[in-house]
Amino acid sequence: MRAFSYTKAKSPQEAAQATRNQTGVKFIAGGTNLLDLMKNEIEHPAHLIDISGTGLDEIKDTPDGGVRIGAMVSNTALAAHPRIRRDYAVLSRALLAGASGQLRNKATTGGNLLQRTRCPYFYDTNMACNKREPGSGCSAIGGYTRSLAVIGGSSHCIATHPSDMAVGMRVLDAVVETVNDAGETRSIPIEDFHRLPGDTPHIETVLKPGELITGVTLPPPVGGKQFYHKVRDRASYAFALVSVALILQPDGTGRVALGGMAHKPWRSRKAEALLPEGASAVMARLTEGANPTHENAYKITLAERTLAGLLAQAREQ
Amino acid sequence: MPADGDLNLTRRDVIVIGAGSAVSLGLVSQAQAEDMIENSENADLSISSVVEMTVNGKKCKFLVDNRVTLLDALREGLKLTGTKKGCDHGQCGACTALVNGERINSCLSLAVMHDGDEITTIEGMGTPEKLHPLQAAFIEHDGYQCGYCTPGQICSAKAVVDEIRAGIPSHVTDDLEGEMKMSPAEIKERMSGNICRCGAYDNILAAIEDFAEETA
Repeated sequence: MRAFSYTKAKSPQEAAQATRNQTGVKFIAGGTNLLDLMKNEIEHPAHLIDISGTGLDEIKDTPDGGVRIGAMVSNTALAAHPRIRRDYAVLSRALLAGASGQLRNKATTGGNLLQRTRCPYFYDTNMACNKREPGSGCSAIGGYTRSLAVIGGSSHCIATHPSDMAVGMRVLDAVVETVNDAGETRSIPIEDFHRLPGDTPHIETVLKPGELITGVTLPPPVGGKQFYHKVRDRASYAFALVSVALILQPDGTGRVALGGMAHKPWRSRKAEALLPEGASAVMARLTEGANPTHENAYKITLAERTLAGLLAQAREQ
Repeated sequence: MPADGDLNLTRRDVIVIGAGSAVSLGLVSQAQAEDMIENSENADLSISSVVEMTVNGKKCKFLVDNRVTLLDALREGLKLTGTKKGCDHGQCGACTALVNGERINSCLSLAVMHDGDEITTIEGMGTPEKLHPLQAAFIEHDGYQCGYCTPGQICSAKAVVDEIRAGIPSHVTDDLEGEMKMSPAEIKERMSGNICRCGAYDNILAAIEDFAEETA
């Protein structure tokens, strides 16, 4: 790990402002992903701004009946919060399907959204990776692709977004709240928050330099039966091969988002409009334009069967 | 140093911990360390910080390179080598320690971010003379083979039982809003962040169930 300076901010505004005229500055929250990447010298900030003391650790009801989650709220605290369990069960389930108890205690709401890919070629500094070193190429393309993206990729990157939480938030139409170094705030629908790789896979979100996530707002609850099903190589503590977040209403309509498939949580309103017709119809539309390899084409079948299984489960309940 | 490895740190003890290739400057004399803290020309305070934390009930003060993890601070600085370094990447759980009562991977947390925190390691849970009931249960049920993952398993197990009692749900909880059960399925899921390469899982589970029952 390379040497860095460290300061602890007292407010979100102070943290964002402290990035001014600095290069190589990073915010640190739980640190569970950033430190791992710093040990591998994939991330090498010159300065860390600790945001754990900025008062962003509250979960509050919003006037319209939704919930605002502070960026520093831990994955454990969020999954266990009574309102999240009651009104946004898909999010509790997604969080509990991720990582381990130890990691969920440190991992934060803001940090989880910014979690970086687990593509093995991104982690191996001997390999070419446009995400780690822009312009160096992509060793994953033509490499071992079993865990990688089947849709939304580009000729520059086929990495997936590893977060379960983000898939749960995507299906709930969450909004990401930020503050920048000039003190200006903005609200970014989660749909627009993560970018597809295109020819700049190193730019993963629409956040500007110095812009800090202060929280995530969930709109008023939409009800329905809520599911999050994650398929992985072991029963616990592994990243998703495929995950399906489903909210199903009594009339058979609903929402679907997929994890493990793309560079961002994958959802299409046109596809989910086909829910009353069943899993095959939804998945055919949702994976239109997919470009799988012989090693990861199974993900499309697996996602469809996972959705079919959830729809059957919902009917039985 | 006392034979049991206990440093008996007092509030005035100051330790300097370096980083790099896990190089530890180890203990220096208190006068030297205070001098380093007070004179920035002797210690590069742009890349080091002074941290105070309570470890196993004892207050201690560090001058720490910002890169040093909580794990390395415990092991290399305080010589509390009960907490183990397995993967050093948050994948194995050998480094599990309790921070303000919650379990974390101490390898994925910077010491500098624990100013004011209360840390409990395996050394703070029990001693050879006075075992923690979980330690006794692990011995009773043979909950290990090589023993390397055991301190992390025991710290994690303590937190697992607390988490179930606090009503925190898990991936295998049927009813998110119902009462949490101290069931084998719940314990196994919640312990999944602690890997045991010897495969002593059945006996670890038995030890935790025993402890939960005894302390119910």
